[in-house]
Amino acid sequence: MASYTIPHAPGFVANDAPRIVTERFDHPDSYTLERYLATGGYEGLRAALGRTPEEVHGEVRSATLLGRGGAGFPAGVKWGFCPPGVWPRYLVVNGDESEPGTYKDRLLMELDPHQLIEGCLIACYAVGLSQCFLYIRGEMAVAQERVAQALNEAYEAGWVGRNICGTDFSVDIVLHWGAGAYVVGEETALIESLEGNRGMPRLKPPYFPAAIGLYGQPTIVNNVETLANLPWILRHGAEAFTAIGTPTSPGTRMVAVSGHVQRPGVYEITNGTTTFRDLIYGDDYCGGMHRGRELKAFVPGGGSAPWFTPAQLDLPFEASEVGPQGSMLGSGAVMVMDDTTDIPAAALTLTKFYAHESCGKCVPCREGATWLERVLRRVCDGTGTPRDLDVLFEVGASICPGDFPHAAVPERGLEPKPFPYQMTTICFVGPSAFAPVHSAMTLFPEEFEARVAPNAHLDTGPSDGPASGTGPSDGPASNSISEVAIRV
Amino acid sequence: MSFFTEENRSLAREIIGRYPRRRSAMIPLLHVAQAQAGWVSEEAMVEIAELVDTTPAEVLGTCSFYEMFKREPVGKYLVNICATMSCALAGAAELMEHAEERLGVRAGGTTPDGLFTLASAECQAACTEAPCLQVNYRYRYRVDADGFDQLVDDLAAGALDDEIPPHGVTARVRQHIPAGRAVGAVPPEAVNEPPVWIAAAASNGAGSA
Repeated sequence: MASYTIPHAPGFVANDAPRIVTERFDHPDSYTLERYLATGGYEGLRAALGRTPEEVHGEVRSATLLGRGGAGFPAGVKWGFCPPGVWPRYLVVNGDESEPGTYKDRLLMELDPHQLIEGCLIACYAVGLSQCFLYIRGEMAVAQERVAQALNEAYEAGWVGRNICGTDFSVDIVLHWGAGAYVVGEETALIESLEGNRGMPRLKPPYFPAAIGLYGQPTIVNNVETLANLPWILRHGAEAFTAIGTPTSPGTRMVAVSGHVQRPGVYEITNGTTTFRDLIYGDDYCGGMHRGRELKAFVPGGGSAPWFTPAQLDLPFEASEVGPQGSMLGSGAVMVMDDTTDIPAAALTLTKFYAHESCGKCVPCREGATWLERVLRRVCDGTGTPRDLDVLFEVGASICPGDFPHAAVPERGLEPKPFPYQMTTICFVGPSAFAPVHSAMTLFPEEFEARVAPNAHLDTGPSDGPASGTGPSDGPASNSISEVAIRV
Repeated sequence: MSFFTEENRSLAREIIGRYPRRRSAMIPLLHVAQAQAGWVSEEAMVEIAELVDTTPAEVLGTCSFYEMFKREPVGKYLVNICATMSCALAGAAELMEHAEERLGVRAGGTTPDGLFTLASAECQAACTEAPCLQVNYRYRYRVDADGFDQLVDDLAAGALDDEIPPHGVTARVRQHIPAGRAVGAVPPEAVNEPPVWIAAAASNGAGSA
């Protein structure tokens, strides 16, 4: 007989920091309506319904709730982008969490689905959104079950649907689920997918679906964690929310720390003040590197973010500090590499991810990401040449012209290049394929040079433009990862 | 001859009814088809096209974009081993090597008894519990070689049937909106006024967004 223990809250580690969105995680029945109602559930909605939609919007605006999906745009401001007088308006919940290293939305959906539902209702009430579509990543079967169960309970109990709490506020929340495509996390691709199409990002402008979104109507797309903050804000007030963290990054945020640390985990941290050093070395958090090893590098904000080294450990979770130092906070995912990590191979696992997930709409991404993967694979397996390193940068420059952001390298006198970058693609998948390559080659050039040096005599082509044999066509595509072994 | 069972046909109608436009139901219906048969056949796509009022080619276009839809039969258990960063740092490559040896197929292959399809997958959002895998989208955390062997034995013996449904079934709990509680989906072109609670707040002098 099998004996598998499926943990209640896989990866979640509680600490002494204030808890806003994870306060129910300790209860084994955190996902039930009964537990939710016993712990302040739907009180934020009741408070909202006692005020005008305008007032509720104002409360959220003054809370400076930054979007937790990656871009960090203030939710209250985004809500205000709906053109006046255009109806109907929709809410689309982005639960398609797929950024490498990230998992917080999955836990929020599995462990506290009613909190998310309440957040959706508050947003719909405030902005006049008449239908809500809750889009959950296809691979998250348990999250889909928990949210479906919670919606069924909430409908029966009168929290969702017609005349909520006996008022004239009525809204349906429709559970929708995807089928496996990273790019659908981009909000216009999410809308395409919800319309039954291939999940390809839409041309911009308009930059915000609040202007033209689902079925061409004004549409608010918010991340799961963003919405999960709303019940607390309405219950305790914007002032209590901004008392936590810093004025520019108030509240808390969920961060998953994975890789070579003693205690990998998903932590709810105080926004703006917690540093990467706290997270990686703090006793309340990861407790330092595993096996007594040294820190070599870390990815601060999900697979798309340029990398940091120990020189950036004292930066806090504050976009205005991390950006000028050459990276971004993204979706709350820190991936830690120790001193035994094979850096080119680590970069390859990420670049391979983005090459695989390119939707094919923009040529620089479709072709470029594939080239990056093939050439980098050759460098990793020892058949690359010094010219290949130039090719990697040339291909990267076709996706992101100009200087690409990177961290400072004090020992080489290299100044940081601030975030963001220029791009020739509609969305961030293409640049994300280049980010790990650029970071790895900029921070650890010697590891790449050592890999290709033995083959220097093979570089015989003309010096400008890729030589024959550098293209993606000179070897069959391989989906096997067996050649990408990373030492631990 | 219809592809969908009577039960699934009525489920399909219920799902379609929730959207302002029928076509939005396309991905959910492809999942219903895959749950019924374990994969998505041409026959299923033709029928979905009729249900959502589009062409079979359009359905194929959408279907073929998404990784989870399999257009040919796969094993009863789809074993997806994560290969992305955090799992790679924790030995995902070694786990895949072991899995290929244990099952006797390469990544992408199906065992001759039709029980297992082994695949390399991208980030599954369980990065602190690396290396991880999913069997029919149900997680297994921090999997080592022994743990993998045990899992395969248990699956083959049917010991996990309660937890892990056959390939195609994702969520076993479905949303059901009770008729008396539903607001109902309206095509966007049929609406040109603000919802009542916004209109009411505006007429009370409070203004609206």
